[in-house]
Amino acid sequence: MYDKEKGLFEAFVAKKMSRRELLAATGKAGLTASAAGFLMTQAQTNAMAADFDWMKYKGSKLKLLLNKHPYADAMIANIESFKTMTGMDISWDIFPEDVYFDKVTAALSSGSTEYDAFMTGAYMTWTYGPAGWITDLNEYIKDPAKTNPTYNWEDMLPGLRASTSWNGVPGGELGSADAKQWCVPWGYELNNISYNKKMFDKVGVQPPKNMGEMVEVSAKLTKDLGGPYGVGVRGSRSWASIHPGFLSGYANFGEKDFNVTDGKLKAAMNTAGSKAFHGDWVKMIQDSGPKNWSTYTWYQVGTDLGAGASAMIFDADILGYFMNGGDNKEAGNLGYAPFAANPAAAAPTPNVWIWSLAMNNAGTQKDATWYFLQWATSVEHALFGARKMDFVNPVRASVWADEEFRGRIDAKYPGYLNQHDTSAPGAKIYFTAQPLFFDLTTLWSENLQKMVAKEIPVDEGLDKMAAEIDAKLAEAGLG
Amino acid sequence: MTAAATTKRTPVKQSRFMRRALPYLLSLPALLMCIGILIPFFTAVYYSLLRYRMNLPQMKGFIWFDNYINFFGDPKFWNTVYISLTYAALTVGLELVIGLGIALLLQRPTRFNNIASILLLLPLMTAPALAALMWKLMTHPDFGILSYLLTLIGITDFKWASDPSTALFTVLLVDIWVYTPFIMILLLAGLRSLPKAPFEAAALDGVPRSFVFFRITLPMLMPYIITATLFRLLDSIQQFDIIYAMTQGGPGDKLLVFQVQAYLDFFQATNVGRSAALMIILWAITYALSNVFIKQWLKLRERAHGGA
Repeated sequence: MYDKEKGLFEAFVAKKMSRRELLAATGKAGLTASAAGFLMTQAQTNAMAADFDWMKYKGSKLKLLLNKHPYADAMIANIESFKTMTGMDISWDIFPEDVYFDKVTAALSSGSTEYDAFMTGAYMTWTYGPAGWITDLNEYIKDPAKTNPTYNWEDMLPGLRASTSWNGVPGGELGSADAKQWCVPWGYELNNISYNKKMFDKVGVQPPKNMGEMVEVSAKLTKDLGGPYGVGVRGSRSWASIHPGFLSGYANFGEKDFNVTDGKLKAAMNTAGSKAFHGDWVKMIQDSGPKNWSTYTWYQVGTDLGAGASAMIFDADILGYFMNGGDNKEAGNLGYAPFAANPAAAAPTPNVWIWSLAMNNAGTQKDATWYFLQWATSVEHALFGARKMDFVNPVRASVWADEEFRGRIDAKYPGYLNQHDTSAPGAKIYFTAQPLFFDLTTLWSENLQKMVAKEIPVDEGLDKMAAEIDAKLAEAGLG
Repeated sequence: MTAAATTKRTPVKQSRFMRRALPYLLSLPALLMCIGILIPFFTAVYYSLLRYRMNLPQMKGFIWFDNYINFFGDPKFWNTVYISLTYAALTVGLELVIGLGIALLLQRPTRFNNIASILLLLPLMTAPALAALMWKLMTHPDFGILSYLLTLIGITDFKWASDPSTALFTVLLVDIWVYTPFIMILLLAGLRSLPKAPFEAAALDGVPRSFVFFRITLPMLMPYIITATLFRLLDSIQQFDIIYAMTQGGPGDKLLVFQVQAYLDFFQATNVGRSAALMIILWAITYALSNVFIKQWLKLRERAHGGA
């Protein structure tokens, strides 16, 4: 009797049976939801373990450095399946994001062997990689002896695979043939509009379709709602204020951060197109942004939307996702829309933030660590997280095609799948990879703050900023 | 009587070597402490002489004083010097005035004053970063209690730390709220320990209170004032947590003080050379200021003990 039900789930995992057929068969067999969940996990683990010696490093003990995040929560919720499959033990330290990257920098720069793997963003690898702190994962991914045959690297969204690999040459194209794979994508966010449907209905407006409309709609929302402000975007003095909505819109106009000629970088933020975009962006914040915009991080942007203090945000789609649930005041009232800032653009071009997993180059058990990285970024774990936890956005095409995941999202987050599917083909990192990323992007945000505060006109500010950046590039031997 | 008690004690005879080595052995812990402090210091001095960004290892090299020389032509560095000194002068000045005022009010050791002085110490027990986050909420333009209070007197749309014209004022408020109790308690201790005779004599002679304050209280309190000023000055010129938690150095570069700039240079840009050079300059400024105050304090002590 038990073997028969087990066989049903194995047939489903092996794609010999559709979900509908599986549901019908388990219904006839009278299986409870928890028993079905157990058998499904077991079948997936068995499928993953087939033709690969997962027990090779049995007894090894790994330690992770993690950021407090729903992705980490999903991994911890499923960690027993990794331990059972590999016989390895695993522990972790979790830090809040405010201090997380300082901890990573301190651990890696000291050459500590304490942590075997850690969470990182792709931008951080532009520092960690050239410094020699992380391992090029190509040597594992491309080695069939070390990688499970069902791992399916090609299933990772191509924009994300490219965005997490770089050849280390300042200005070098991401994902080039000679690029090193500094980390493996784990979960990601692209930048679009999340909006409060009730507020939009009350004012009688639709989600904006381009930058001009966004400036107008957010001003109308601010004026007519009489309380909540029109549009939430980040503004703190940090590189993190540039990479979400701002760069997504900027890139949609074909504008770049740098021009690369003969291996030398030159600031490209003071072109006429860039000045026009900056002008619109600054006006939008002045007219319809949060009053204390210059202190706004992702946290304030998100919680204002969830609390009904703002009518829309142009930020990470998953920020809108999380604000539509839990005990947020506006849970259930949020909608999502793709956004192409340039009216002439064919599609959105969202810049992305990719939470990824990387391997400490000073680690002493790299092969065993790769086993963990494979499992944590596998289809099976991604499916578990996407269906049962808040492990969104998945980085694998097969998970986005999963009926159960899509059904769950569509039921609770109307419009979310559309905004993602419309934007995903153009979603990638639009920054130029270079080692001064953090100082120069922070400088960019500093100047944006001055422009919004009317301390300096946009055109003059951008010319001065470009000159300052060029001087810094020259000083570092990059310009 | 026990056998031990009856045993005749013979003086321990120290070898010549031990006699010579003992002073050095006794000072060894202090020496080790000193080395423990000096190693990081000299490491920082060494790094400050390097071109060293951790993510550009191929560029690493000894450049002598170039990091320092580059600062002189960099307006951003002078902005950092200006902001740091302004911040330190304003916080210490205002905290001294307010702290002294409160200490004078609480000078008489009544039960109420004793309880009040304990309650007034509470902000000092709050971690400055937490205090900054608390004030960030209180000054939020939409729901902050302070913003609401301002609307009652007709001031709307006050942007606190997010506006360049009011950012310094806002972080000063937080600093003053946290650290004034420190000055208050030092000066209160000073006031209560002053000899009573000069004040009794002045009272008998009918000397005006302002004269008593400026010619008796203040001069006698000066060693305490200098001590409090020295401690606070050293601390506030190295301010980091309040400013970073509230504005990360912004808006623009309005609050980019030494520590915030050095922190960003190291942890964000991994520019070890520049960050170390900034910290060494901050050390030099701190050292110079300490010297000035300690010399003043020594002069006052000399005068108090009957010196010239």
